[in-house]
Amino acid sequence: MDNAAEVQEREDSIKGVGCSRKRKEDARFVQGTGRYTDDLKLPGMLFADMVRSPYAHARIKSINKEKALALPGVHAVLTADDLKPLNLHWMPTLAGDVQAVLADEKVHFQYQEVAVVIADDRYIAADAIELVEVEYEELDVLVDPHRSMDDDAPILREDLVGKMDGAHSKRVHDNHIFNWQAGEKEATDRVFEQAEITVKQEMYYPRVHPCPMETCGCVASFDKINEHLTVHLTSQAPHVVRTVVSMLSGIPESKIRIVSPDIGGGFGNKVGIYPGYVVSIVASIVLGVPVKWVEDRMENISTTAFARDYHMTGELAADSEGRIKALRVNVLADHGAFDACADPSKFPAGLMHICTGSYDIPVAHLNVDGVYTNKAPGGVAYRCSFRVTEAVYVIERTIDVLAQKLGIDKAEIRRRNFVKAEQFPYQTCLGWELDSGDYHTALEKVLDAVDYEALRKEQQEKRAQGELMGIGLCTFTEIVGAGPSRNCDILGVGMFDSAEIRVHPTGSVMARMGTITQGQGHQTTYAQIIATELGISSDEISIEEGDTDTAPYGLGTYGSRSTPVGGAATAVAARKIRAKAQKIAAHLLEVSENDLEWEVDRFKVKGVPGQEKTMKEVAWAAYNNVPEGMEPGLEAVDYYDPPNFTYPFGIYLCVVDIDKATGETSVRRFYALDDCGTRINPMIIEGQIHGGLTEGFAVAMGQEMPFDEQGNLLGNTLMDYFVPTFVETPHWETDYTVTPSPHHPLGAKGVAESPHVGSIPCFTSAVVDAFAHLDVTHMNMPHSAYRVWQKVHELGLDQHA
Amino acid sequence: MAKQHVSFNLNGKHVDALVEPRELLVHTIRETLSLTGTHIGCESSHCGACTVDLDGKSVKSCTVLAVQADGAELKTVEGLADADGLHAVQQAFIEEHGLQCGFCTPGMLIRAYRFLQENPNPTEEEIRWGMSGNLCRCTGYQNIVKAVQTAAQTLQQA
Ligand code: FES
Ligand code: FES
Repeated sequence: MDNAAEVQEREDSIKGVGCSRKRKEDARFVQGTGRYTDDLKLPGMLFADMVRSPYAHARIKSINKEKALALPGVHAVLTADDLKPLNLHWMPTLAGDVQAVLADEKVHFQYQEVAVVIADDRYIAADAIELVEVEYEELDVLVDPHRSMDDDAPILREDLVGKMDGAHSKRVHDNHIFNWQAGEKEATDRVFEQAEITVKQEMYYPRVHPCPMETCGCVASFDKINEHLTVHLTSQAPHVVRTVVSMLSGIPESKIRIVSPDIGGGFGNKVGIYPGYVVSIVASIVLGVPVKWVEDRMENISTTAFARDYHMTGELAADSEGRIKALRVNVLADHGAFDACADPSKFPAGLMHICTGSYDIPVAHLNVDGVYTNKAPGGVAYRCSFRVTEAVYVIERTIDVLAQKLGIDKAEIRRRNFVKAEQFPYQTCLGWELDSGDYHTALEKVLDAVDYEALRKEQQEKRAQGELMGIGLCTFTEIVGAGPSRNCDILGVGMFDSAEIRVHPTGSVMARMGTITQGQGHQTTYAQIIATELGISSDEISIEEGDTDTAPYGLGTYGSRSTPVGGAATAVAARKIRAKAQKIAAHLLEVSENDLEWEVDRFKVKGVPGQEKTMKEVAWAAYNNVPEGMEPGLEAVDYYDPPNFTYPFGIYLCVVDIDKATGETSVRRFYALDDCGTRINPMIIEGQIHGGLTEGFAVAMGQEMPFDEQGNLLGNTLMDYFVPTFVETPHWETDYTVTPSPHHPLGAKGVAESPHVGSIPCFTSAVVDAFAHLDVTHMNMPHSAYRVWQKVHELGLDQHA
Repeated sequence: MAKQHVSFNLNGKHVDALVEPRELLVHTIRETLSLTGTHIGCESSHCGACTVDLDGKSVKSCTVLAVQADGAELKTVEGLADADGLHAVQQAFIEEHGLQCGFCTPGMLIRAYRFLQENPNPTEEEIRWGMSGNLCRCTGYQNIVKAVQTAAQTLQQA
């Protein structure tokens, strides 16, 4: 074998970055030995279940626990009055507001937690909640956020009356939460006044729910003797949970252990801290036994963290060639009854100011008002980075409207406005620095792949025959990997992340990170990063996350931050190890450090064949033969504070055919090109993209959480809430380009959320495009058959000739 | 509530259990018998995470009473592998990256196991319909379809 082939063979055997390595986590999952929260059974464990409000807005006149307490097997019934002495009846939210743990005198949304029952098992607990008698006095309900700030609107938050200094701004009404702005208002308005062309489009991004297959839950276990609290829970951010639990309970963080075991999908649903967790902890402390709480599907959809619910207006000013001169975006944000959005503290509208998208826009202004309504709190990032989905939706929809008004093709108008490859790093007018991109190349690749011209021609013919065919396009830029601690923190903790790597004497590796996988395959991919950096096969590298007793502090996994932040920490920690290893290798080979070069898995003396030490040999030496003055061992920790976000992008194209008789939309083709920079595991990336596209399809085509006038949630079961099955889900075609991030140690960007963020406006673009020749500019989601049929009917297209 | 005695064959072993008349089979399997591979995603027959094989049929064990399983032959995900190693469907899910968070996976596998006996040589369309009682939020199904196709091939060759 020649030298190059031998080196390649070693390279392949390492299974490092770029390898479609099979997943390490699969063996346990396919054999039923995954360990999810609800699988945990501790001796003496009791079960908690919630009494919930049937009303959206009501005063609690009385709560009678007698009958419930009399039921054999019931150990306790707790209400806000029981939590009051502990000062735990309210808790702070991540957004600077407070939230009732158990309803205190008043309920603010349907299904709000009113009391908790602790019983021997879940059957008895379910019986007992029926026996808790709660007397309510109904109050006027506020459902429509457009009415929240009316003079005669019912006041929801009596605890805030007269407190006009909100967490983020002055409040102008008792139901107002904040006003938040970015960009230059006057300069933007001026451009609009003088512009040749302006367009304005109102759109509603419905309230939806991430709905992971596993609902939220926990097992709290307080050891009275050692005053030590252990909580297993479904959290995407276990270290933050530990800090919050310590702040709430007064128990030192050193005596709290939070464990996120296997998690059955998160998608943003498992970022928050929910009343169920708090009451289980309290109950365990009070009763001295472990307490489990697991929500059912209705509770999950109804109460633990919705997403979106943005009423948006997008406006563009342009010249007659379609070159954008200014962007104006207005948002009315429905936050429900408590502001429990999970955003970096300084950004009450998340990263909504990425709404200039992939375009070179000279000036822009964004205005967001958040208001209270009688709905569940939340506002999480459902498979996206803090409001990026909303931002991408508003710009992509509005640029389509501009194209339509000018009669310019929607691909062409994007070409004219894209930030050009040579403009990177590019400063957006709303304050972000896009790190890298090449939008034009990616767009042409997609248009060629699908033969765009032919599709447009076919559409012409179809239209002539009265058929409805639509072509959707979305050319998005995301902002992921929160984030630089200069502008990103959660409750004051900077949004860095961490890795700790130990190389054992025999050359195997144990590494722990501050993030937590929920299906992304961290056990597989982090090992690949270390394998490449250290030349040790990823099969010999074990990855652990989620146990705050062993893992280094990190902010967790959401907003596509694992690869941009945790992955960077992993690479940097590994590089620290390699730097030390190089010194040891030099010592062993009796040469200077600078005489060595690295080749896959070993240090070689430059120009002296055969003089080399493998990383494994160095690892052994690190424990018995290190240079004078060096401490033994081979391990490193890195807390990585990213210099910037990463900005993955993509070009998505969708072709739909709409049945005029039923309104059914069939997705004939969906072509997704993603650029996430360096690709660590192509198999996993592709899987993540399939999943994200499917969740995007769900949102665009069917998901919504409608409320009636009394604030009743109409659709909180899997019967009503759309989760696509095998049958509805389209076939996905994927493609990629690679534009590495210049500031990430590996050049990698986040990827798993792009397909969700990018596909949703693409579906709307396609559906609207089917009606574009009839002057339709926008249709609100979800594009269910009934709603699309309504449009068909309104336009008289279902009438026979 | 007075408990009832039930016995059934679970993954090849005879099992006796005392259950409440109202107890759901999924709870008996998970809590009393401590086999936690079978999951709960909705308790309302929609998601399929609780799918088990009962007398040669795929059933959602959140919608079967334990007493109804008296005398039955039951198989859960824990019973798929044998002394020779993983079952072809398990191997195929790993090969084709047919799982991510793993929560739907046991239900998917036990359904695929039965489906490929009902239809050993399915088309993609038939797989999509045949598996449609099982929901997944992570994979977008495409790789699960591939995994079922791969498993079908392996089983046919065997
Ligand atoms: S738990 Fe049985 S179908 Fe969902
Ligand atoms: S792999 Fe997560 S639900 Fe299917």
